[in-house]
Amino acid sequence: MMTDLTKLKIADARDLLKKGEFTSRELTEAHIAAVEASGTLNAYIEKTPDIALAQADAADAVIRAGGSKSMTGIPVGIKDLFATKGVHTQACSHILDGFKPEYESSVTQNLWDDGAVMLGKLNMDEFAMGSSNETSYYGAVKNPWRAEGSNNNYVPGGSSGGSVASVAGYAAMGATASDTGGSIRQPAAFTGTFGMKPTYGRCSRYGMVAFASSLDQAGPITRDVRDGAIMLGSMAGYDVKDSTSVDIPVPNFEAALTGDIRGMKIGIPQEYHLAGMPGEIEALWHKGIEWMKAAGAEVVDINLPHTRYALPTYYIVAPAEASSNLARYDGVKYGLRNVPDGGNLDDMYYTTRGEGFGEEVKRRIMIGTYVLSAGYYDAYYLKAQKVRRLIADDFKRAFEKVDAILTPTAPSAAFAFGEKSNDPLAMYLNDVFTVPASLAGLPGSSVPAGLSENGLPLGLQVLGKAWDEETVFRVSGVIEEAAAFSAQPEMWWR
Amino acid sequence: MSNIDKATVAKIARLARIKIEEDKLEPLAGELNNILDWVEQLSEVNTDNIEPMSSVVDAKLRWREDTVDDGDKQDSVLKNAPNAEYGFFAVPKVIE
Repeated sequence: MMTDLTKLKIADARDLLKKGEFTSRELTEAHIAAVEASGTLNAYIEKTPDIALAQADAADAVIRAGGSKSMTGIPVGIKDLFATKGVHTQACSHILDGFKPEYESSVTQNLWDDGAVMLGKLNMDEFAMGSSNETSYYGAVKNPWRAEGSNNNYVPGGSSGGSVASVAGYAAMGATASDTGGSIRQPAAFTGTFGMKPTYGRCSRYGMVAFASSLDQAGPITRDVRDGAIMLGSMAGYDVKDSTSVDIPVPNFEAALTGDIRGMKIGIPQEYHLAGMPGEIEALWHKGIEWMKAAGAEVVDINLPHTRYALPTYYIVAPAEASSNLARYDGVKYGLRNVPDGGNLDDMYYTTRGEGFGEEVKRRIMIGTYVLSAGYYDAYYLKAQKVRRLIADDFKRAFEKVDAILTPTAPSAAFAFGEKSNDPLAMYLNDVFTVPASLAGLPGSSVPAGLSENGLPLGLQVLGKAWDEETVFRVSGVIEEAAAFSAQPEMWWR
Repeated sequence: MSNIDKATVAKIARLARIKIEEDKLEPLAGELNNILDWVEQLSEVNTDNIEPMSSVVDAKLRWREDTVDDGDKQDSVLKNAPNAEYGFFAVPKVIE
């Protein structure tokens, strides 16, 4: 092969496929080999090479006939919480053992309708509950990046750990992911990839294993901003099967990448200057601000006064919704069923759920059950829903003055395995910058913007108004251009 | 300060239908107390006259004609069942 096809971006591959420089079969075979060689990363928990090759051949026929669409012939990985007909879909939980859906999620169907090719299913934190991909029933994912001169492994972030590791590790051109409190943006920041969580309601949740239904949104992980625009354009769209999907047209996100942000107002929330935040994070943020100014934007200090209450609000609202959503796993309809000898129906529920859920999932179901229980509902759940409105109102007021908001994506670079997994609260703090926009349902991206002192990737987050992903993409594109992030992980796993 | 004891953890576990081993109740009580003490800071926030927010989408639920548009999928529905008999989900005996 002339070059390593797995290093191409989606936009380039799309154009070269159309020109007939290579076929989707060649591109897909190169990726199947890369998936095979990525075993050490543990990004894929189910490989689908036969499906991939069939889809690639179909794509080649479409290309020959001149009917190419936005994703025709492009090999991607699918996070394990998207239902894929007849293929492993367990949200990386033991309790969904053996589950093969009889239906397809709308997001993946949109990708297949646009010609994409499925390489397999990607690892994730169990039911998307985690920020390091350490809670998966299928084991942790390794970050393709290592600190300079080190052979130690780092977490890829979470919950979309397999998605980012496959893309950063050249074992997929793009990957689907989902974000409830930061699960697209934080792992993107940890792996030098681009991640985009669109406005709540932009992508259908039909066929997406539910965690917290008022927060869950699908989005893409890619190697650059343009690829993210292409892939989100395919994934997004109104869907009658999801009552919270919103019926507004999907713009051409790629066309928004004009590189021109002159006169745009960029807000810098003062509450995001955390005490004790590493100097390199502050420094990166400062660089981002300078890039905005240099590109002709006006930088404005703003206030989001309820920021510090976002995490505690999230850790009431999300577990409450999760405890309700996960009640469906009862050993009756699908997945695991464990009945003790001579046990009755109730024993079956207790044992199946006790053995089927992992520790973090149990913890969150317990918290959710408690805050929804009689006597505590008002004090915890209703209170959190009220504070959620105050947080959303903060953003509403800020966006009367600015077009976009710039912050760091995460308060640190990737960390070591086990460093935070025994301390739930320390783990939750990873999402301090991503959770507020999730509660408000706003679109947000993470753009690779630099390296930490020890050589690990860092990201900047861009937040936009509801339904204004175009501005988020445009500002992200300017950051990408200015940052000229060209570092790559050494391919120690191949 | 939140004060969840072993008995409360056992009660929550029963409500959630999750079997928790006896020796795990105490440590779990500690963890839940830590988390609940931390979320306690929300009580500082004045939320008088604030409407609770349950969804960011304020769209009304859509209406459609009351006609059958899906169904006849018994086999598909039962396909993943751990135990299905005579076209039903089968479970351990409920009534003696």
